Amino acid sequence: MDTPAIRTEGLTRTYRKPRKGWFRRRPADEAAEFVALSGVDLEVRPGELFGLLGPNGAGKTTLIKILTTLLAPSAGRAWVDGLDVVTEAAAIRPRINMVSGGETSGYGILNVRENLWMFARIYGVPNADIKARIDKMLDVVALKDKASSRVSHLSTGQRQKMNFCRGFITDPTILFLDEPTLGLDVTSARAIRRFLRAWMKERPERTMLLTTHYMAEADELCDRLAIIDRGRVLACDTPANLKRRVQRFPIFELSLAPGADGVAEIGRLTGVHQATKAETPTTVELKVALEEEAAIGAVVQSVVTRGGKILTLKKVEPTLEDVFIELVGHGLSSDDEGVSG
Amino acid sequence: MRDALTLPVQATLARSYARVIWMFRNRTWIIQETILPLLSVAAFAYVYRAMHAPEEYVGFVVLGAAMTAFWFNVLWSMGAHLYWERDSGNLEIYIMSPAPMMSILAGMALGGMTTTCVRALSILTAGILVFDVPFHPTNWWLLAAVFALTLLALYGLGMMFASLFLMFGREAWHTVNLLQEPVFLLTGMNFPIKIFPRVIAGVGLLIPLTAGMDAMRQLMFPTRAYTFRFLSVETEIAILAGLAVVFLTLAKRCLDYLERKAREEGRLGLRWQ
Repeated sequence: MDTPAIRTEGLTRTYRKPRKGWFRRRPADEAAEFVALSGVDLEVRPGELFGLLGPNGAGKTTLIKILTTLLAPSAGRAWVDGLDVVTEAAAIRPRINMVSGGETSGYGILNVRENLWMFARIYGVPNADIKARIDKMLDVVALKDKASSRVSHLSTGQRQKMNFCRGFITDPTILFLDEPTLGLDVTSARAIRRFLRAWMKERPERTMLLTTHYMAEADELCDRLAIIDRGRVLACDTPANLKRRVQRFPIFELSLAPGADGVAEIGRLTGVHQATKAETPTTVELKVALEEEAAIGAVVQSVVTRGGKILTLKKVEPTLEDVFIELVGHGLSSDDEGVSG
Repeated sequence: MRDALTLPVQATLARSYARVIWMFRNRTWIIQETILPLLSVAAFAYVYRAMHAPEEYVGFVVLGAAMTAFWFNVLWSMGAHLYWERDSGNLEIYIMSPAPMMSILAGMALGGMTTTCVRALSILTAGILVFDVPFHPTNWWLLAAVFALTLLALYGLGMMFASLFLMFGREAWHTVNLLQEPVFLLTGMNFPIKIFPRVIAGVGLLIPLTAGMDAMRQLMFPTRAYTFRFLSVETEIAILAGLAVVFLTLAKRCLDYLERKAREEGRLGLRWQ
């Protein structure tokens, strides 16, 4: 069996209020502590695009910082590519990279190409490969026309795109993306999502851990997802399985031509749990919850037999937001915690 | 083995690039960092001339002004650099990189040295031309070796400061502020340290500039060296080599300690601490 790309066991991280002053004692007040991660167990397989979904302060960034060797866990252990993040940090670093949305790194005095060149060299990219890689990435994020512009002259979004490029130019085996499309325009975000899928397909051993606030992005990109809140993993599965958890009955929506009748009879059909009807000026909207999907045949037959004309028929899937609300108890917009996760 | 050397070297050169390029893109430094130091040189030079001191003393002041540029660079630019890198979001990228952090610090030092060499050379040239300093070195190679060793020890100290600044935050700035003026005095920036009692001069020797400048003065103004030299050039070279080893070792240890503590306390990404 393959070594997991990422594995954590009882991973816990507590932040303490820093001591102020050289000679002052640390406050004894234990309330000054904040638990960012609490006993997190996760396993990400090589080749997976794994998502972390959670509100602000959930612990997503803390988890990424531990995995990228920037932060030590308070308890528990974590491995990246089979290597311990505490004792084998130096061996992990050549294999990883991280990009954070809203990141402001880089030097304003250098232009975009120079910045990317500098970081690529520090990450050990051979000089002969750098130009081609920079050109390719600038194309992906549509920043080629700014390649010779000083970074101090870029907009926030353009700077974010440059940092996105920085993460890929080093060609890491395991990439950590912390809200990569945060604040980007729709077109750029879409181009980036397309690129992420293509990048993963290019080499099957590549692994990506992505945190995002955007449910649709997580749903579209991730092979598996962990929903995290207050430092704990509440659920971890494929987006489809997670959605299945909140859907007790398959639901179908039928849009019928005006005048359709017989909803009460449909509700009594074998295999139909519930049927509701809503009329609009141009259609009759029929929503049926089925005990099993096969019952949709009987529903369609019943509608047609009564002279109804079906305009559209679609299966209604629950969204990740439904899953999130069910597990966390509130939506992602609940930003009531001031501590960065 | 080759790879183990290649990455630190390429990281050092890459990191120094950002500092060197600054010199070409912000050219106003020529005014503020060449003309202004010359004004303070002029003040001392005219005092020495009014006192009919030997002309070499004016040379001491010019050399002192050039070396002050390195001290300022070490103290403020080099020392504060990791602190700035953290505030601009670069520090985490460096820590996460496969390159050793010492190579990043070495890159900062190399870039700082290069730009400051240009500044120091401008001050020296302007000083020699304006004040007609009797500058007659007999052993250029030895002079270059002393200068290189002085910079190595001085920037080793700067690399150590960089870790300490980051560890102690703004409180370190205040402490370093306190160091600035006493260092001008202890190193004999504008006068020979032979004037001091041996204990005070001995304390001054802990700062690389002291031995470095005394040795350089002896090599630049050899005819009257017997009147102002504190120790022999050979002894001062040995002191500088020792200081370079000590400061670079301490810088590495401070950096390792800083990284471990910062990872434990979660302070690598905290800004405006």
